[in-house]
Order: sequence, then structure tokens, then C-alpha cells
Amino acid sequence: MEEIVDATIENIAVTNRANLEVFSATLQHLAETDRDIIVVTSDSRGSGKLVPFGQKFPEQIVEIGIAEQNLVGVSAGLASTGKKVFAVSPACFLTARALEQIKNDVAYSNNPVKLIGISAGVSYGALGSTHHSLHDFAVLRTINNMIIVAPADNFETEQAIRLAAETNVPVYIRFGKKQMPLLSESEKSFEFGKGRIVREGSDLTIIATGETVAPGLKAAEQLENDHNISATVVSMHTIKPLDYKLLASVATSGNPIITIEEHSVYGGLGEACASFLIQNGYHNRFKIIGIPDEYTVTGSQQEIFNHYGISGDGIAAAALGLCR
Amino acid sequence: MSEKELAHKSVEYRKKILKYIYQAKAGHTGGSLSCIDILNVLYNYTMNVDALHFDSPDRDRYIQSKGHTVEALYVVLASRGFFPESDLETLCKYQSHYIGHPTRKVHGIEQNTGALGHGLSLSVGTAIAGKMDKRDYRVFTVLGDGELPEGSNWEAALSAAHYKLDNLCAILDKNGLQISGPTHDVCNTDPVDQKFEAFGWSVRHVDGHNIAELMEAFDAVPFEKGKPSLIIAHTVKGKGISYMENQLKWHHGVPDSKQYADAIQELDLLEETLP
Repeated sequence: MEEIVDATIENIAVTNRANLEVFSATLQHLAETDRDIIVVTSDSRGSGKLVPFGQKFPEQIVEIGIAEQNLVGVSAGLASTGKKVFAVSPACFLTARALEQIKNDVAYSNNPVKLIGISAGVSYGALGSTHHSLHDFAVLRTINNMIIVAPADNFETEQAIRLAAETNVPVYIRFGKKQMPLLSESEKSFEFGKGRIVREGSDLTIIATGETVAPGLKAAEQLENDHNISATVVSMHTIKPLDYKLLASVATSGNPIITIEEHSVYGGLGEACASFLIQNGYHNRFKIIGIPDEYTVTGSQQEIFNHYGISGDGIAAAALGLCR
Repeated sequence: MSEKELAHKSVEYRKKILKYIYQAKAGHTGGSLSCIDILNVLYNYTMNVDALHFDSPDRDRYIQSKGHTVEALYVVLASRGFFPESDLETLCKYQSHYIGHPTRKVHGIEQNTGALGHGLSLSVGTAIAGKMDKRDYRVFTVLGDGELPEGSNWEAALSAAHYKLDNLCAILDKNGLQISGPTHDVCNTDPVDQKFEAFGWSVRHVDGHNIAELMEAFDAVPFEKGKPSLIIAHTVKGKGISYMENQLKWHHGVPDSKQYADAIQELDLLEETLP
């Protein structure tokens, strides 16, 4: 999956770019024909790759300064007038500092703000836990009226941003800043709440989200090549509403299931899947891979991934344990 | 509505606030009575908003930041025809839309509030949108003095001045009491006028129960071009009912039948003295 695949989608989502860059390019593209697209930032236009947007559409960007509560409240006020508002801030601050504004001003009041959590998960690496967002899926899952999306590659990111712009309910989209390979050249469908099967297999199912789908695919290749184990890989880009139909379908085979996420093992994708499966009579062998409940190790995003087994090797090893 | 009509309306509203809180056995009595004259003047004199055109993009907006005094807002909206007043018989009852804080499920309510320190940011966003779209609407929000220590208010106050939102008017219902005591003992925010002025707002003081002063202040908004306006309304918690005035227990105290009857009698007498 390391090679660059040219998959230009309306001149934006070339592959192997950071999802962050695709987000920014997509927003610019949308803003060219839609004056209601408004970006709201908390001194985050640089880290959100939104400087060109601000230069091109100075009337469509609102700078709040470092004040995330106000960022979300103002965004809700703007959205209440019909604006298509993208509130952009590092995921760690957006979903913790401004949680009450997300709960009340956005979700409860149904002001359809598109909350964009940039540099999500452990993207900030060695900057440490203040800058990590390993809680966002968990806390937002418990809030009614919120779609939660973690696009895996450039294609999913572009599609998610386009869909969010036209969606009349609150959406949270989080991604990182690492360059991401294209997951599938053939699977071109994307809608919120529908997982994408990016690799078909017959022995095991790997369900991953966001930037962990790529190591999931890598593990599937290793398992095939080294152990003759054939794995299905699902990009479960929407954490809520979760694709129960797809879950039931992969569970029916009886194959073991591994979930992977750049999030605490508590309250995220894995526990959401487990909850559905166990309540619906599926007893597949099951393993959640994510960041454990501990003081997160210091390192780059990749080093943290490797440390906790969010890597081709780590996932393959876990799969072998489950398939034996 | 004329000043004289508004004065009568205030008495009527006070009776209704007490009636529905008494019936529901729940509500924020003291604060509803302190802000009711402000809401009366806003909805019956100042704001360009009505039930038939509530979806108009040009309507003036009212966002109640001190959401707990929703009973005041409900009785005003009912009298303005947003919903039948009889709906208020269900206040705080099982499965009612008329809960103890503002909710958009009730026609006429702009934003769900109740957690404190949210109304000003919502108002700033709404006012920025008005400027973007070159619409003439104005945004009004009533803040409680007890909620001012919430930091989000000050974040929003900065933005309002930064974006020169002279289409935004906040009214501080300065009744001086909050649930655990006088605001100056709990967390003193005075001199609040100087604080807002330092943040870039234009500030005026009014007697928050003087209809003429409220009308005049709202007529003068924006106080300065390019600045958000703050009206510091000096009010009395429990205003109009002698045994409730400035008494902490009436923050969310509910009158018993004798107290209710006494209060209505007091308001009847007051009404007789009005011109």
C-alpha cells in the first residue's frame, strides 16, 4: 500500500496526501460556488491548512482566537441562520474544552455545525497527552444527534466533507495530518453510516477506522503472504451511527473480529461493535486494539502506533492469536 | 404598545408567571420576576418578531442566556400568540415540551439554553451572520449576573467587540442574588460596566423595572456605531411581590396556596394604582 496511486477526484482528492490537506482543498472547492460555506477557527487556520482559504474567501472565515468554547457557540449561532459552518480546531481541544457547547449549542439545539477535529488521535505525537484526543469518540457517542466520522484516506475525507456540507444535522469529523494511501481503487461508494469493505477475505475480519485502516490492510497482506490467512478489512469511517447491517453480515460467518482505532480502548469503535454483537447473539472471537488506559508512551504517531500494536506486525500478531 | 399598556402588561405577566409556577410546583420565581419587564418591553415594543413570521430571516432574535427563568419567556411568547397559553398548564409535566429551560420545541424560542454562559456566544454568531448577509436584524440576549463568572461570556464579549457587532445588545439582569447568596459575595463581578467597557462595549445603566427607561435605552441601541451594546438593568429578584423581593429562598421557591393568593392580591392592588 505504499505506492502512490493517482486517483484524482474532481481535481482534489489525489491520493497520498494528508487528509488534512484534502479537507482544506475540498472546502475551498465548495466555497467557490457556495457563499454559505463558513469556516470558523480558533487560531487554527495554519494548523488546519486554511491560510489559502482565508486569503481566497476572507468574507467566509471567522477567526475566534484561542477560545474553543466561544468557537463552538459562535459556530452554532452562525449555523442557526442557515450557514454551512465548519468549526475547525485541534480535536483534543475542540471535544474536551468545548464539550458543553457541543452538547447543548450544537447537538441539543440542532444547529448543524460541522465540527472538524484536526490532528486527531495521537497525531501530535511527542507533544503529549494534552494534545492527544483519545476520548472524542467515547464522549461524543453519548451525545444524541451527532454523526461521528473518521475518514481513512483522501477519498473518504473528500466525500465526508462534501456530505457534511449538505447534511442538516451536526457532524463531527476527525482526521490526522499524516499522508494517507488510497485504500481501494474499486470501492467508490461513501455515505455516513455505511462501512466500506476495502478488502475481501474469508478467515478473519479487521474493522478499523481513520488512520488505522492502512495498518489494518498491511496486516491483512502479511497474514495472506506469511500465514495463508485471508482477512476482510472494513473501513468503518462512521462511528455513529454504526453500520450494524455490515457488522451482522461479517459476524454471521463466525470468523474472528479485530477492531482497530486511534482512540482509547474504552468507549470507541471496539466497544461499540462489541455492544452490538453481544446483544445480538454473535459470539465471534473478538479483540479490540487501540490505546490502552495508561500514560501514553512518548513518541511520534508512528512510534506510538507501533508501541501499542497498531501496525502491520502488531495487528497480524493479534490476528494469529485470535485465529489459532 | 404604549408605556401605559406595557405597565399593565407587566402586572399581567407577573400574575401568569406565578400562576404557572404555582400549578407546576416548579420554576425559577425570583429571576423570572426580575427579568419580566425587560422581556415585556423587548417583545411588545422593541423587537421586530412575531409568531406568523418567526421563520423570517430578517426577524430580530432573542436568546435567553439565563435559561432558568424560562417561565418569564413562556408567558410573554404565549401572549404574543406563539402558542396557546393553555399549553402552559403542562409546564414541567411528564412528556410536556414546556420544560424548565428554553427549548426550540416551543414555537418562538431561538436556542436551547439552560447551561449558563452560552447565550452570548450564540448571539455573537447570529449577529456575525447578520453582518455577513447585510441584514438589518438585531440580536438581544438577557444575561444573569450570577452567570457572568462563566469564562465563555468573556470569550464572547471579546469577539463581539472584535467584530464590531453593533447589531448585538446584551441586557444584564442585575438582581444581585444567585442561588447561594449575593453575587458580590459569591464572585464579585463589579465594576461590571468598566469591565465590559474595557472589552470594547458601549454600556448604559437603567432601572430594569422602569418601563420608560427600558424603552428609551432600547430605542438608543446601538449606543455607539461599531460597538456592541450592554444595558445593565438594575433589578430586584422577586420584584412585585413584597415577601419575595430580595429573598434568596425565592430563587426557585414555589408559593403555597396562601402565598399565591397573597401575591395575586398584591398584584391586583398594584394594577388598581396604575394609570
